[in-house]
Amino acid sequence: MTSRTSAGVRRHGDGPLLRALSSIPALGYLLVLMVIPLGLVIAYAFLTSGRFGGVQGPVTFDNIARLFQPLYLEVLLSSVVNAGLATFFAFLIGFPAALAITRLSSTWQTVALIAVVLPFWTNFLIRTYAWILLLNREGILSDGLSLIGLGPIEVLYTREAVILGLTYAYIPLMVLPIYASLQRLDPVLLEAACNLGAGPWRRFRTILLPLTMPGIITGCLFVFIPSLGNFVIPELLGGGNSQMIGNLIRDQFLKSRDWPFGSALSLLVLALLVIIVMIQASAARRSRKWGA
Amino acid sequence: MATHRTRARRASVLGIAGAVGAVLLAACGGSSSGGDASPSPSLDPNADLSKQSIVVSNWDAYMDPDVALKFTDTTKANITVAKHATNEEIVGKLTAGGDPGIDVAFVSGQYAQALNEAGLLEPIDPRLVPNLANLYPESKNLAFDPGNTFSVPYAWGTTGICYREDLMASPPTSWNDLLNPAPEYEKKTLMLATQPWLNLPAAKALGFSANTTDEGELEQIKQQLLKTKPTLLGFDDVTFYSRLAAGEVVMAVAWDGWCNYAGDPNVKFVVPSEGADLWADTMVVLKSSKNKEAAMAYINFMIGDEMQSWMTNNILYKSPNKAVAEKAAAELGADYPNIAMTPADLAKGEGLIDLGPAAKIYQQIATEVQAS
Repeated sequence: MTSRTSAGVRRHGDGPLLRALSSIPALGYLLVLMVIPLGLVIAYAFLTSGRFGGVQGPVTFDNIARLFQPLYLEVLLSSVVNAGLATFFAFLIGFPAALAITRLSSTWQTVALIAVVLPFWTNFLIRTYAWILLLNREGILSDGLSLIGLGPIEVLYTREAVILGLTYAYIPLMVLPIYASLQRLDPVLLEAACNLGAGPWRRFRTILLPLTMPGIITGCLFVFIPSLGNFVIPELLGGGNSQMIGNLIRDQFLKSRDWPFGSALSLLVLALLVIIVMIQASAARRSRKWGA
Repeated sequence: MATHRTRARRASVLGIAGAVGAVLLAACGGSSSGGDASPSPSLDPNADLSKQSIVVSNWDAYMDPDVALKFTDTTKANITVAKHATNEEIVGKLTAGGDPGIDVAFVSGQYAQALNEAGLLEPIDPRLVPNLANLYPESKNLAFDPGNTFSVPYAWGTTGICYREDLMASPPTSWNDLLNPAPEYEKKTLMLATQPWLNLPAAKALGFSANTTDEGELEQIKQQLLKTKPTLLGFDDVTFYSRLAAGEVVMAVAWDGWCNYAGDPNVKFVVPSEGADLWADTMVVLKSSKNKEAAMAYINFMIGDEMQSWMTNNILYKSPNKAVAEKAAAELGADYPNIAMTPADLAKGEGLIDLGPAAKIYQQIATEVQAS
């Protein structure tokens, strides 16, 4: 893929020296903010914790072995389930929303897109805190349901509240990539399918879904990855009833002063995400092949 | 007292600030080796303070905002104020190696103990802190530092149950009233998530030390907490007082001063019959300080009447300064009865000390209980 696109994009007259120079900022960025920190995390995972945090000798595999205790695997599993459900609900709401936006006039599309990203203008913690006020037993949701005889209900400090919070927090990251791929979709294809007698479900399944799949996968990753590592929402909306892997890692660094085990947990999450991104990359390759 | 106490006041919007403090902590730190503070190289009581300048790191909003002006007016020394969000953050900064550029730090007692064991603290020179004479004898005999050899208390208190008098048939008297609640109070209770206060109720109910490091005892504490967990609404270190005020919960494990923030006369505080802890937030002078006379003068200033009055009137924590505490008990005791606790009652609490390597076991218990 790289050879084809870069050959296509490259402008004539750019010497190899210029190209090498222009890649320095990116390489420096990768080295300082990615390679070195990652190397440190890997190294820390095999060391012993110091009294006030930090790391010291000797080298040990204990931290890696501890990862396989059922307690930590259960936390990881429940984090994956929470993040997966949040991604699923974000898709369920985000896809129709993106589709609806593409049907608007271009002025209204701009307005709708601003509305989608508008919540990002408010601090993430404050938006999450607002949910506490909505969801608690004396809150608007419970009171509202009480009025019609369905309440009061207990939502705050449950796993459902955490999933709701994650879905809410990251849904714009689902809508935007799907919207972008819907934009690129040639409406003629849908018209042709319609003229040839394909019903709405068939048009969705055979045209809309496959052709927007790259956007959907990107959106799913954008929601899943930050959800998996989130520790603010489980703490504020889960009330400690729904611990996620992010909380566990945070606690190793800021409460247990166990940087080595925190690093080992981070590597576990990283390994999981690498696998997921590899699956996504191979899926994207396949869908490009279909496109051609 | 919290490892991540942000000094949230009564307004619930400040609860957000608390949440920020609790959740978004800056990680820093390093490792350090042990070694006790060596004997004091004598400080000069007649040093010219106008030539000295110090940096003080404190929790946000934990002292008079005009402290710098007032301190310089009184002593002529220059002062810069820095902030930290948590004990862990400041301890990380102070132990990272090299000169942290901080002369005086506010830390909770057990953290002062650990810093001293790491050889980082300057012994307190009582000649330069004459206001020590105005403190309660009990506050000068705290478990982590009897005799104020390396730390001086700024505020102190205990932990208990904060409850809604009007929503309960009878007030709680035992930790068991919260740990094994009557059916009508199930899902209407909260506990603190931070160690050692997560363990504290179960430790005391079972008759163990608040600082226990015995594995068998810790196992029993864990079993009790696992049994309690399904009856809780959740764990909450930051907004429990507003949940009490809203009537969402009827009982919460709470630091005494924080119970005062509920701002509701029906919210009461009780120390259960099995006893609780005794915590203190202290001031320490770093050995790396180059202006130790001014640092001692600052500590002296902060335990003086003016600054202690500000603290107890605004933070609603108890003052170790006898005259100030007695005045506060008379003036604020009616609205906030726990302000009027006597030092004798307070000193019945077990002093918290640094847990050393057992801190990891405590955190493991917290993880298991919260993940269950």
